[in-house]
This record gives sequence, C-alpha cells and structure tokens, in this order.
Amino acid sequence: MPFAPFFASQQQPEWLGSPTVDSDRRALPLYLNTVAAGFPSPAQDYLEGCLDLHELLIKHPTATFFVRARGDSMRGAAIFDGDILLVDRALQAQHQDIVIASVDGDMTVKRLLLQPQLTLQAANPKYPPMVIADGTDFEVFGVVSSIIHQLKR
Amino acid sequence: MHPPTSTPRCFALVDCNNFYASCERLFRPDLKQRPLVVLSNNDGCIIARCALAKQLQIPMGAPLHQVKALLKQHRVAVFSSNYALYGDLSSRVMQTLEQLAPKVEIYSIDEAFLELSGVEACQDLTDFGQHIRQTIQQQLGLPVCVGIGPSKTLAKLANHATKKYPQFAGVLDLSDVHKRLHVLARVPVHDVWGVGRKLAERLQAMEIQTALQLARACPQQIRKKFSVVLARTINELNGTACLTLDEVQEPKQQIISSRSFGQRVLDKASMQQAITLYISRAAEKLRSQHSYARQLTLFLRTSRFQSQDPFYGNSVSIHLPAPTADTRHLLQAAMPLLDQLWRNGYRYAKAGVVLSDLCEASGLQTSFFAPAPSERSEQLMALVDQLNQRQRGSVFFARQGKDGDWQMQRKFLSPAYTTRWDQLPEVN
Repeated sequence: MPFAPFFASQQQPEWLGSPTVDSDRRALPLYLNTVAAGFPSPAQDYLEGCLDLHELLIKHPTATFFVRARGDSMRGAAIFDGDILLVDRALQAQHQDIVIASVDGDMTVKRLLLQPQLTLQAANPKYPPMVIADGTDFEVFGVVSSIIHQLKR
Repeated sequence: MHPPTSTPRCFALVDCNNFYASCERLFRPDLKQRPLVVLSNNDGCIIARCALAKQLQIPMGAPLHQVKALLKQHRVAVFSSNYALYGDLSSRVMQTLEQLAPKVEIYSIDEAFLELSGVEACQDLTDFGQHIRQTIQQQLGLPVCVGIGPSKTLAKLANHATKKYPQFAGVLDLSDVHKRLHVLARVPVHDVWGVGRKLAERLQAMEIQTALQLARACPQQIRKKFSVVLARTINELNGTACLTLDEVQEPKQQIISSRSFGQRVLDKASMQQAITLYISRAAEKLRSQHSYARQLTLFLRTSRFQSQDPFYGNSVSIHLPAPTADTRHLLQAAMPLLDQLWRNGYRYAKAGVVLSDLCEASGLQTSFFAPAPSERSEQLMALVDQLNQRQRGSVFFARQGKDGDWQMQRKFLSPAYTTRWDQLPEVN
C-alpha cells in the first residue's frame, strides 16, 4: 500500500517514512553532528547520554507494578510508611524474598519463608510471624525488587 | 477469492477473559469470591461481568437502576468503567504478547491475533498456547484463552470454544482436521466470526445451523446469495487462510491509528504532526463506520530493539466530554495528552492513537453539559472526508487550543492503580 502524503506539498516527511516495522538503523551518539565554534569540548568523545532510573530499577517493564507501603511492620527491612515498592511479577518468589501477598483478601508486604513451613514474616518484633495454614486464601502478588524512599525537606 | 497459499499458515487469537472485570480484581483480592460488574460511562448500564455475575444471570447491557435490587441481594461489587486502568493493562498484555510471538495484530482492547506460522516446527502449538497463558497470568494476573488454527476465523472459533468447554484448559489448537470437524459441528453458526444474528437467521432458513454446515456449503452459491465476505469465511473455516494479520471484517469496537516511524522522531513539533495525522486518520475511520468515540488514548515509545538507546514508552487516556467523531474535538483533547507524555531526548520509534468506547449514532446518549454533535460539525466532517477521498491530504487540521474539562458521573470508580502516583495500591 503506498503511503499517502499528509502535507499539502505532497512531500512525504522523511521522519514519517512508510509504515514499516522498526528499521534497524543504527543509533548515532548524541551531539555527533554539532560543530561548535572555537575548540571542541574535550568531553565530546566521552558523552554517553544520561542515566535512566527505569533502566536501573525495572528489568521487566510490562510486569512491574508500583505499590505504596503503609505502617511499620517492615522497618527492619528498610521499608517505611509511605515508601514506594517496585513489584516485579516476572520473578519467581523464593525463600527469603520480600513479597506482596494476599492473605484472605488483604494485600500485605512481608518476607516470604518457604521452610520449614510457609510463613510471612514481618521485619519488626512487634508483629508475630504469620504461618499460612493449608486452605488459607493465599497468593503471592509479586516480588519486591526495589524500595523508593524519598527524603522530605 | 485469494488462491490458497502454498505454505500452511497458523494463527492464534489471544483473548482476555472478562477483561474489565479481571482488571478490577487485580488489586482487590478481597473481591476474588464476589460477583463483579462494570458500568458504562456515566454509570448507565452493565458492560462487563465476571464469571460469577454471569452465573447470576445479570443481563449484559441492563440499565443500573433496573438491576439494583439484584446487585444488592447478591452483594455484587459494582465499578464505573476505569479506562485508565484497562488501557494500561491492555498495553501491558499486548507488549507481553509482542515479546512472545513473532507478529501481533492488536484487534481490540482485550484481543490480539498472533501469526505463528513456522512455530509448529519447533514447538507443540498447544504447549505454546499454554506458555502464553501462564506468562500473562503470572506477569499480569489476567486470565486469557488462546485459540489456534490455520486461519483467523478458525483461531477465533477455537478461542470461543475454549470458553465453552473447560476441558481444553484455555487453549485449543484446531490444526488437526478431525478435531476441527468435531468442534465445528458443535458451534452454532451465529458464533462464527463475521456472522451476525441477522445473517444467522437467513442461514438457518437454508438449514445451515452449525459452523460445520457452513463450512460444507458451496462457496459459489453463498457468494451469489450473500457476499464475497461470507464465501471467504467458508474457505477460512476449511483451513484456508484468506485474511492476513491486518485485515478485519467487522465494525471495530476500537480504532487504532499507529505506525512505526521510518526514522526516529526527536522533536516535539514532528511528533505533534504525526499525532495530528493519526487522529485525522482514526477519526476518518470512525466516521466511515458511523461511530462516535468517548475515549482517546495516546501512546509513544522508543525502539525496544536498540539496547544502546534508553527506552521510554508511555501511554495516557482521556474521557471525551461528549461522544464525538469530529477531528477538531479529538485534536483538542489529544494535544494536552502529548504534553503529558512527551520527554525530551528520546529517539521515538512509534506513536499512535486509540479511539475506544465507541457508540453508534442511534444509541447516542447526550448529557446536559455536552451538546449533541451538531449538524454543522457533521456537515464539515463529511465535506472533509469527501475532499480527502478525492485527493488524500487536501484538507488537514492544525493544532488547536485547549478547552475546559468537566467530570462525568463515575460514582464507583476504582483508583488509577497503575497510572497515578497518588492512587497506588497500598499494602501494610
């Protein structure tokens, strides 16, 4: 199907191109084509773009959800009231992982113990461990992969 | 009629089960055992039901005030439609499918066709279907069914059958001819893709009751009596793929206008032009099927396949103040969305527009605050379409200013769990 031009000039804008899948054109380093008057910056050869927190924190973007922690039950694991937890559902929950789980319809964040028996353990002596008995409505929602703790000023 | 292709094709239809209801349940484990329904805009009538609500025989499309007593009696959880949530989860489903299958056609908010030709050489197709199902269940917590077949019509039919027959465990592959005949014999003809209720009545008058009987009808005769489209359906039912991954044959519930750019887009002005174009196209399609849209979604992303570039992809939706098919109204709504989405410094590879929550002219509900589409607007748009039909691109729209916003009635709206920082789910 030929691509019909959109501009009055009938010129197809080059950035729009034809309806294709991603081309495998190679990306150019940033600023490669700018020419400054005077001496070029000595840093120019070392430019790499900027750091992206998503890239650092989120390995599986489509499977990652954010939730907000409430209360002090996990303070021993450095999770405080109001923190944002990154929950990666693509990870298989393992012994000792901090997970978001639902128990009888309530969502909670706790440390998951698989041995000697299935237990959700708080990181605060105020809260006793919760042993998950057979027949309990229990499901792991996802594994907490990062904690975002913002300092207020 | 297309000649049969030499290599056998293979398609899958992946469909989310009770999608809106499943989305509402994702962050509400307390509602797992409770029946649940979702209401249309302005909380008018029921547009989605979970399996439990279906068992209670709460009718689809019933106005809320008519079923209030029934809902109360069975402690049914009621939600206003939360398209921000559904849209986000839908795009996660589609992106997950893109990671699993070589080619994906997004067919609606909760359905996608996959082209699997060649996959059968390296993996059992039923196993592959189960893999899709388990991946989406684990990563997104949404149940899906997978229908597989040598044509899109058969894939759709297989999907339909998985929902009726629990023994297939959510995946049915109709590549095998014997299996196919058994299933076709049990599917009523009105459940075949593209056969509506009216068409089914006419077919039944000709003693064609089941999909199998339709498959065995004479294509030439059907073509004469009905249409070339139905004749093509017969070929599709017999395992000959006539439709490729992008063609569709029924009025859409959702209109998507999207392309990968030939070259990466770096500046916002170019992106605005692209979005303007996509909206114009989508609105044109909308008008050609005589529909109006109540929901607009904008998305953009960089390439996923160039690891040296930072990835950014995002989407945002808005409820339109009134159902519209007017390009000007859609543009007006879209530009603030782009302002919200746009981040400088990325090399954008793809962008697009989705018009959803469509309604027909006859079923148009107007509100006190938003006037009905005016005759002048209809006339102007008709003229634009006419001019553009003669010579594409002869009339187009420039960016327009903002207008005020107002909230519609959404009394039972769940939080935008995945798209608003102030509405994240909370855990203790």
